[in-house]
Amino acid sequence: MKEIKYTIKDRLGIHARPAGLLVKEALKFKSDIIVEKDKKQGDAKKIFALMSLGVKKDDTITIKINGEDEDAAKKTLENFLNQNL
Amino acid sequence: MNTITGKPVCGGIAFGKLELIKNETSCVQRIRVNDTKKETERFEAALLTAKKELDDLYKKALLEVGEENAMIFDIHQMMLNDVDFLDSIKSNITNQKLNAESAVAMTADNFAQMFSSMDDSYMQARASDVKDISERLISILSNKKSTSVTSGGNVIIGALDLAPSQTVQLDKSKILAFITEEGSNNSHTSILARTMNIPAIIGAKGILDDSFNGCDVIADGYSGKIYINPDMSTVLKMQEKKLKSEEKMLLLSKLKGVKPVTKDGKEILLYANIGSEDDLVSVYENDAMGVGLFRSEFIYLERKNYPTEDEQFSVYKNVAQKALGKRVIIRTLDIGADKQVDYFDMPEEENPAMGVRAIRICLARPLVFKTQLRALLRASAYGKIAIMFPMITSVGEIKKIKEILEEEKDDLRKDSIPFNEDIEIGIMIETPAAAIISDLLAKEVDFFSIGTNDLTQYTLAIDRQNDAANAFCDVHHTAILRLIKTTVENAHKNKIWAGICGELAADLNLTETFLAMGVDELSVSPSLILPLKQKILDVNISKIKDDILQSLY
Repeated sequence: MKEIKYTIKDRLGIHARPAGLLVKEALKFKSDIIVEKDKKQGDAKKIFALMSLGVKKDDTITIKINGEDEDAAKKTLENFLNQNL
Repeated sequence: MNTITGKPVCGGIAFGKLELIKNETSCVQRIRVNDTKKETERFEAALLTAKKELDDLYKKALLEVGEENAMIFDIHQMMLNDVDFLDSIKSNITNQKLNAESAVAMTADNFAQMFSSMDDSYMQARASDVKDISERLISILSNKKSTSVTSGGNVIIGALDLAPSQTVQLDKSKILAFITEEGSNNSHTSILARTMNIPAIIGAKGILDDSFNGCDVIADGYSGKIYINPDMSTVLKMQEKKLKSEEKMLLLSKLKGVKPVTKDGKEILLYANIGSEDDLVSVYENDAMGVGLFRSEFIYLERKNYPTEDEQFSVYKNVAQKALGKRVIIRTLDIGADKQVDYFDMPEEENPAMGVRAIRICLARPLVFKTQLRALLRASAYGKIAIMFPMITSVGEIKKIKEILEEEKDDLRKDSIPFNEDIEIGIMIETPAAAIISDLLAKEVDFFSIGTNDLTQYTLAIDRQNDAANAFCDVHHTAILRLIKTTVENAHKNKIWAGICGELAADLNLTETFLAMGVDELSVSPSLILPLKQKILDVNISKIKDDILQSLY
């Protein structure tokens, strides 16, 4: 399993647009991808679950990636976070 | 004439006929189905159609309003692909034997509820997206024409709130303004209005009255006022206001994004003076680079008791965040003299302008002061806040203030509450004493902001409130200009910046003088920013400097 820790810099947090884009990125991979904030978890491939985490600016999220393409997924998602959130 | 007042979210003035758009909230009938397999298939077919529709809407929106606004339909697509959402609907059909329409309605209610209950206004507004996609599914399922909007001539649209799909279906070239009874700053109608740059007013309770449909209406997107069947004098007044605002828009289109740099290359910090959170909108509209004076009094006025630390924190934090990294200079409590607050219970004074006011109240009542400082420090973790203290007359005062500020910082550190360790502090130079000892004061702070209103009143010994005395007032008095020059020089000798936030800052007859003195920042009320920017662009400091400075002696 691979893990990413990231602190959100976007002023609106994970709002609709980046949530949508993040889902698109996550769907490219076979691995299970779970986003965690505090104790809450959401599937990165599901837009409602992701938005319901209510991730805001300065929140730290942990993304847990588990599966055959986890290395590639980690890299892609890290890039995505840095560019969009 | 009827007048309705709502909350303005996009400026401008529109004259037109009101067209009311009423959503028939689709009344979903709950029917028990036996053939759940067939019902599921019916749902799947509707889902496909909905996705196709969204695809078309996305393409249309992309052309008309750009990628940023079109994205919402892409997001709606994803919502329709969301496994949890679909599973919930299908389970309603299979397990509860519901018809597809009510299965969708039930799931949508639950998901919308989830957003409405979140503690963030942006996320709350997303409940309308869930409603929009479910309405789409339901109208496809029940073979209803989607609530498409067809408007004839040039109209002002009135509605409860508009769903994204409705706004895209409107013929934009014919819409002059939006008025909604509900909605928020983050609702699609507001966002779209700002993109289209047409007036928009939300929270206009009563606009949906059927008798108003087709009436002549004036929508004032600056004040939030809507005049239905306006009388002649209102029409004339608003025509003039529209003309002025159009002139300003023209100026804006010419100057927006242009940096206020003089002909010889000095960039001036052009900031706005504001007095409430809502004014931040005008800061952007007028292209200010930051807030040079945020009067914190409004938090204290019009209430019965002292505002708590948390109340203040939430206001300052909002302001800091909304400023998007721009500097916001918040001036600590400045009451007394002409601004009185009952619950402070201040003893009556013979001469309040020279009495216990502003920083003197704060130092005399440390608890009030500390509450504000702590709230400001906490908010500084969320944006570029600077703190400014009014009515300073001595080095002792600023030392005392810094001591109190350090105590508050220590407390926050102990409690591990984040704040900006490098928060800038500055003072108002608005007494002759402060200007004269500005060399000493400059060693204690990060910036000066010259308050010319009080500086004038104290230097010339002319009461601002006394009309008869004001006949003797020369606002361009050399004494005042010399004090400003001294202040700026002393600031620069100590490597700090100096600005002006009083009324003189906007006096275009003095702009050259101020720039010749080396003033770094000018902070004026938002509507005066663009004219001032235009003036700055025309100034060549090196050419005029010597002559102007000599004329002061």
